[in-house]
Amino acid sequence: MSEYVIEMLNITKEFPGIKANDNITLQLKHGEVHALLGENGAGKSTLMSVLFGLYQPEAGVIKKDGKEVKINNPNDANALHIGMVHQHFKLVEIFTVLDNIILGAEPNKLGFLKKAEARKKVLELSEKYGLQVDPDAKIEDISVGMQQRVEILKMLYRDNDILIFDEPTAVLTPQEIDELMEIMRNFTKEGKSILFITHKLNEIMAVADRCTVLRKGKYMGTVNIKDTTKEELSRMMVGRDVKFEVDKKPQKLGDVVLDVQHVTVPSKLHSNNAVKDVSFQVRAGEIVCLAGIEGNGQTQFVYALTGLDKMSHGKITMLGHDITKAKIRERSKLGMSHIPEDRHKHGLVLDFSLEQNLVLQRYWQPQFQKYGFIKNKEVRKYAERLIRENDIRSGQGPITVARSMSGGNQQKAIVAREIDKNPELLVAVQPTRGLDVGAIEGVHKQLVAQRDAGKAVLLVSLELEEVMSVPDRILVMYEGEIVGEFDPKKTTVQELGLYMAGAKNMYRDVEQKGGAEA
Amino acid sequence: MKKGLISVLSSVISILVGLLFGLLLLIIVNPAQAFPKFGEMLTAGVSSAPKFAKVLYQAAPLIMTGLSVAFAFKTGLFNIGASGQYTVGAFCALACGIIFQMPWWVCLLASVVAGAVWGFFPGLFKSLFNVNEVITSIMFNWIGMMAVNLLCMNLLKGGLNIMLPTAWVSSPIKDRTAALSYANPNAMIPKMGLDKLFNSNFMNISIFIAIIVAVIMWVILNRTTFGYELKACGFNKNASIYAGINAKRNIVLSMVIAGALAGLGGGIYYLAGTAEYTIQKVLLSMGFNGISVALLATSNPIGTIFSALFISYIQVGGESLQPVFAKEMIDIIIAVIIYLSAFALLTKTILSKYIRLDKSNVNAEPAPVVAAPKPAEPAKSAESEGEQA
Repeated sequence: MSEYVIEMLNITKEFPGIKANDNITLQLKHGEVHALLGENGAGKSTLMSVLFGLYQPEAGVIKKDGKEVKINNPNDANALHIGMVHQHFKLVEIFTVLDNIILGAEPNKLGFLKKAEARKKVLELSEKYGLQVDPDAKIEDISVGMQQRVEILKMLYRDNDILIFDEPTAVLTPQEIDELMEIMRNFTKEGKSILFITHKLNEIMAVADRCTVLRKGKYMGTVNIKDTTKEELSRMMVGRDVKFEVDKKPQKLGDVVLDVQHVTVPSKLHSNNAVKDVSFQVRAGEIVCLAGIEGNGQTQFVYALTGLDKMSHGKITMLGHDITKAKIRERSKLGMSHIPEDRHKHGLVLDFSLEQNLVLQRYWQPQFQKYGFIKNKEVRKYAERLIRENDIRSGQGPITVARSMSGGNQQKAIVAREIDKNPELLVAVQPTRGLDVGAIEGVHKQLVAQRDAGKAVLLVSLELEEVMSVPDRILVMYEGEIVGEFDPKKTTVQELGLYMAGAKNMYRDVEQKGGAEA
Repeated sequence: MKKGLISVLSSVISILVGLLFGLLLLIIVNPAQAFPKFGEMLTAGVSSAPKFAKVLYQAAPLIMTGLSVAFAFKTGLFNIGASGQYTVGAFCALACGIIFQMPWWVCLLASVVAGAVWGFFPGLFKSLFNVNEVITSIMFNWIGMMAVNLLCMNLLKGGLNIMLPTAWVSSPIKDRTAALSYANPNAMIPKMGLDKLFNSNFMNISIFIAIIVAVIMWVILNRTTFGYELKACGFNKNASIYAGINAKRNIVLSMVIAGALAGLGGGIYYLAGTAEYTIQKVLLSMGFNGISVALLATSNPIGTIFSALFISYIQVGGESLQPVFAKEMIDIIIAVIIYLSAFALLTKTILSKYIRLDKSNVNAEPAPVVAAPKPAEPAKSAESEGEQA
């Protein structure tokens, strides 16, 4: 038997204007955790899509257990026992956990479902690997962490023994990440092999055996984690030294830019309020971070703040103007920039070209239009400048259709557009989502530059590393309320984790202490 | 630029396959006559000046309804109500001419306003209550047609049915409006000598009006901030709201403009003076043909000129199939082409897989691989829109 369970040898895959994979080799050993590391647009997703039969490579072979195989579609991949947990879960929200797990591989007799059998198998698997799920709960009612366990069970249910995890930790709390690492280790003990796609070097160091690095579609090498360091990995990935600390000048606090008073936002999903009586201020020259686990009202709060949605109660003042009921365009003219959480929903018109997207917030300004006619030359010039200054990579430059760009470069385009507006208040919601360390460093630098230039920055983040390193002040949000305020220099990740999970509340500690301990 | 080429190619392929199917059908029905008649059908449109005049005459309103549907498509709306807007446009133009004795251009304005009003309501319901515009505009098709029928039959002036021929000449005809030739010749669209040139009464300046409007629409969509906003709403409503664009207003405006275009189509067809509005029992097909025109043109305003000319050409050609073949035969052939035109987008996707978009050519002139027909030229700047729908 071959040493490797899966080998992808000399894979080359081209797209219009770009060589996404250029002679890449990836060899996965039996029972190892193999990390796949690379910048945005380095070709990680393309390589995985080739492995899944979604793309056919122009050159190269795939071998399973030493034998060459042809993977024409995902069903072929499944037949070879390759399974994947996608970054964005592919679950049917209104189905139960059990229904989701068996979907596509339903056990049946003459077309009638045999659910009892399926349930037995699922429960066995969940017990064996410590993947706690409630088979009868609906997906929409369970936490993100549990949804991920459902995705993992889906793979196990299909007897997959090559498991691919695409950025699995992005949505998890620190405690959940530890659990996931443990689960992955258990899998390898069972002889399963894991491909682990991530940007987070800490996690690679913690769990992976080996790591393959890609850069701009090229193969940079495979290293043993035992023999390497974080710094070396990032150098391989980015091609230069990357700083992990954020340099900040001493703070010069200015006037209050944003004043949020008692903001309450009703929920669209249930009768409770999504945001409950939130009050805080952001002053010029500081970065305030709204931290919390996904789904604790941050999204709804930002919608209310930026005018995408209405609030039911409260008042928002920006630079002395009451903007509680102001239109989005008015807020923008006052100097508010917004890097949205969902770049496909809000941030970009995917069918527009890159240059059209880069002027999305300013096409109406005199610089870009006269008598209602768009000055195409100005737009092109402006786009070319932003592309150059921000290293936005795309197949065809300004006229690339945004849809065809990689996620990281789409994000870079949005960040460039919003910061170039030279805002007084920058609302940045997960601005580094899906970015690699090099690009993250760049975005962090830009955020800090805004702060140093005396602007106010409100950062909404789920990434603990970012929460700890970038802001001057941290506000933790839990179930729509602010439960604590911290100085990042004087707190720990563990402390924050407790607040984010709702175990502690700075403002209600007295009443809660008894209950929480019991 | 290659994307433009691919759009044109995909439409041409739909047309060729449709024609082939038609030929097959003819062979099955009457093998001896199939080939000569098929050839006649293909050439009839250019066989004589009057025939060609008829092609242009029918193409003008088709361009307008095609533009109407295409414009709405760009904003992410499906204006299936072109038929109703066309009908009320036609009626208001005729009423303006016959009842109020207005000159032709006032009548045309009336048709624009009427069509716009008919587009306004579906747009309003869509933007305020998120009611699907397909449903409302289908209902407005019927409301429009029935209302027009009612008004034609019941508008009295001095005890006479003013819209009907009986009020003007002694005539027993009661199912159609009075002819403009005696009711108000001033309301007829000027011919400017074109009728003599083509030796056809059908010929007037309407085709030029339609082409100019198409060009204006192209400019609005591709060169103005308004067009930018409309397309942003069409492609991604959420992102347009995020950018501070008033999406609700734009939805209404888009439907108003789409309605106005279809209404103008009704105006130019009936103000030619060669057809009277007949009391209808079914919705006028001109509006629905607009959908095919827009699909065949992949919603490019300049493309609609050519696809409308084509549909009109094949319709005129179809008349020459008679009497050897039933006149329904050409309807079937057109139906197949139109059916396939709906696949134009699919064909396009398949084509783009085979025609490699070469990076080095991105900023170069169109590749001289295929003798690209003229419409590819204007389409080149509109390449990003080619993607939609």
